[in-house]
Amino acid sequence: MIRFLEVVRRDLRLALRQGSDSIMVVTFFVLTVVLFPFGIGPESGILERVSAGILWVTALLASLLSLDRLFQADYEDGSLELLVLTPTSLGIVVAAKVVAHWLTTGLPLLLAAPILAVLLHMNADGFGVLMLTMLIGTPILSLVGAIGAALVLGARRGGVLLSLLILPLYVPVLIFGVGAIDAAVQARSAEPHLLILAGLLAAALPLAPWAAAAALRQALE
Amino acid sequence: MSFTPSPPPFSGSQLGCIRGGRVVFAGLSFQVTPGDALVLLGPNGSGKSSLLRVMAGLLKPATGRLAWGEQAVAEEPELHAARTHYVGHHDAVKPVLSVAENLRFWARLHEPHAGRAAESVETALDRFGLAHLKDIPGKMLSAGQKRRTNLARLLAAPSPLWLLDEPTTALDKRSIAELERVFAEHRGQGGMVVLSTHMDVALPGAKTLHLDEFSVEEEDET
Repeated sequence: MIRFLEVVRRDLRLALRQGSDSIMVVTFFVLTVVLFPFGIGPESGILERVSAGILWVTALLASLLSLDRLFQADYEDGSLELLVLTPTSLGIVVAAKVVAHWLTTGLPLLLAAPILAVLLHMNADGFGVLMLTMLIGTPILSLVGAIGAALVLGARRGGVLLSLLILPLYVPVLIFGVGAIDAAVQARSAEPHLLILAGLLAAALPLAPWAAAAALRQALE
Repeated sequence: MSFTPSPPPFSGSQLGCIRGGRVVFAGLSFQVTPGDALVLLGPNGSGKSSLLRVMAGLLKPATGRLAWGEQAVAEEPELHAARTHYVGHHDAVKPVLSVAENLRFWARLHEPHAGRAAESVETALDRFGLAHLKDIPGKMLSAGQKRRTNLARLLAAPSPLWLLDEPTTALDKRSIAELERVFAEHRGQGGMVVLSTHMDVALPGAKTLHLDEFSVEEEDET
């Protein structure tokens, strides 16, 4: 447990000092969302209808941007070898890195989402559920993304490969995230969608660190 | 301080390693007892680094078995990690963290009891002549200073078995002499040192292992 917190603290400190990743992710999120009113036109009816989809698709792409750095820097400077040789299960180290990744990228997305929702004229009934889906959904993105990031380590053009690998796996999060918001806006119950999202998170929580750890070991062989 | 109880011998028998479809070495056996040092010798590509990675547990041997006393290393990877320090080619020094922060992180990860780690981090920094650099960020360090920061891990958290892949790279003469003294003290306390080197490192009474003796001739496919 001490080791877990130690890794989280170190990754947060690294992110804070380098600063670029979180800012880049949020800036990308905001800029891309802002592009849609220009492309679709300012008619509030249309924007309102597609706002949930736009927010979630853009959030997926934004979180993808930062993923290829998740293990890459540690891989290049030899830290990853030492992390693998930590006297604890590698899954715990991976989980700690995922937590730090979520805190530096998922959480800022979550905070930026309601502001952008206003910009897209999203129905106010959807706001609460939007935050909920983001809260449950963005950790899944970090968790599943970690498997992809570990798999493409050492590959040339890993970033592109990573999107091809991971985007299809993000589809369920997208479907149920948007589904929940739409249901809330149309005054139906969002609960089934949210429960499925929570189920996905519950499955990803133990499985993703374990799978990513196996991929990391493979990358170092 | 010495290791109590004295650690059992670390040994490998009939080890084989295959890298990229090529047999690097085969039928290799060794034993290191407490207080011992083992120097791996051999030309480039003879498998010194591979053998050290196998010993550390980063690489699974294709054949053979590593043992700590009677216990197979493969059955208890976490225990093996706790009693081993591996120093590879890369220095694992983060450019935006200071020398002390870098070292403290690895020390706590290896030995989470923070109080002891903090104290030993200071002594390790002193020992490797890094005390005046401890607040300098990693990106300002020279290659030799980075290497010393990496080597300081050896003292910052105690472990009986040290595996070092060309530890003298980029070090000046004074640092090499200091490293030799650190090795001697470690062995005096019942520790074990395995290292590969191209430079002469004074390790009195060290055993040597010539890896080219275990290479396998490629068969001609004609």
